[in-house]
Amino acid sequence: MNVRTAIHFASAAFALAALALGATATAADTIDPVADAKAFQRFFTQKFPKLKPEDFVNGPYSLNEDMHKQWEEKEQFPPYEFALDLGKELFSKPFKNGKSFADCFPNGGIGIRQNYPYFDEKEGKVVTLELALNRCREANGEAPLSYVKDDMAALTAYMAFTSRGKPFDIKIPNDPRALEAYENGKRNFYTRRGQLNFSCASCHVQNPGERIRAEILAPALGILNAMPIYRSEWSGMGTISRRFTTCNSQIRGVPLEPQADEYRDLEYYLSYVSNGLPISGPGARP
Amino acid sequence: MREASMKLALAAALLIAGGTSALAASSEADFKAAYAAAEAANKEAGALRNQWTTTAQVLADAKKAADKGDFDQAVAQSKEAEALAKASIYQAESEKEAWKALEIH
Repeated sequence: MNVRTAIHFASAAFALAALALGATATAADTIDPVADAKAFQRFFTQKFPKLKPEDFVNGPYSLNEDMHKQWEEKEQFPPYEFALDLGKELFSKPFKNGKSFADCFPNGGIGIRQNYPYFDEKEGKVVTLELALNRCREANGEAPLSYVKDDMAALTAYMAFTSRGKPFDIKIPNDPRALEAYENGKRNFYTRRGQLNFSCASCHVQNPGERIRAEILAPALGILNAMPIYRSEWSGMGTISRRFTTCNSQIRGVPLEPQADEYRDLEYYLSYVSNGLPISGPGARP
Repeated sequence: MREASMKLALAAALLIAGGTSALAASSEADFKAAYAAAEAANKEAGALRNQWTTTAQVLADAKKAADKGDFDQAVAQSKEAEALAKASIYQAESEKEAWKALEIH
């Protein structure tokens, strides 16, 4: 082999190697929610081998024995009970036009919490339960509720209660926009924000079970299954919107407006990776 | 030796000059310029959906100091707010790729 042939040969080999590398990079960039969810659940079940998958929906109560005992006591007279009663009342009360929430949802809104959020192919966006409730109100000539306050928490508490035990069943339709929303949600989950430079994952993937000041951090797996929650720290109920916005301000980031696209996508991702785990909401947390 | 002492003298002169300018009282115009720069940076962070609460707080403090006529304090706080806003922009830009390092695989 002369020098020229050797050079050609080497450059061809180099080009092939570059192509192969390129192919690997593309494969790594492929969005694969099924593989993501599998890896996500495996990460937590390996980190906490004593827990059954369904235990994760009880957050810190599954990670600390003392807290678990307190929780069992608390569940005798759960602090979210008032919200449940209010939620049932608000849900059944007809709007001024005679219609009610039941008219806006499949199965009259009963036992459907596990299917939210869903990707609305008409709108091309994620629709959360909180958003769907307010859209229902507006479509019937009622003013929307605050996403972070008691009435919204009460309504979602009641709807979650009717779905208790049903596994999260979030679907990603065969639509590139749905995959994009899922991927955006994933990116939001892992993106560091705020002056403290924390992402959702800093606390709920890297440090579940550890304390942050007096609190025990919940694992990200199953974290939304218990929503909405009564938080003793808040002396009241909190929706998913409230949880996301306060998480952001706690790390010194200016929260986005409730139900911003970023939060809707985040909820989509976080719910999807908890598929198969039962709804346990409404929950109670310290 | 002579060269070294010259350098020392020059450094001392620069330090004194720097010190003098720091001691010079800031004017309302200085505050306005510094505050506008901070606000512009914070607006850019807002476009990236990544403002920090601390930036807003220090901006508000700067305004309060200016309202009291304490322009030295107002300028210092405006500069701090600008630095915070720039840090939040840097964070948002670098996280466009860096988030992947945290992902569970």
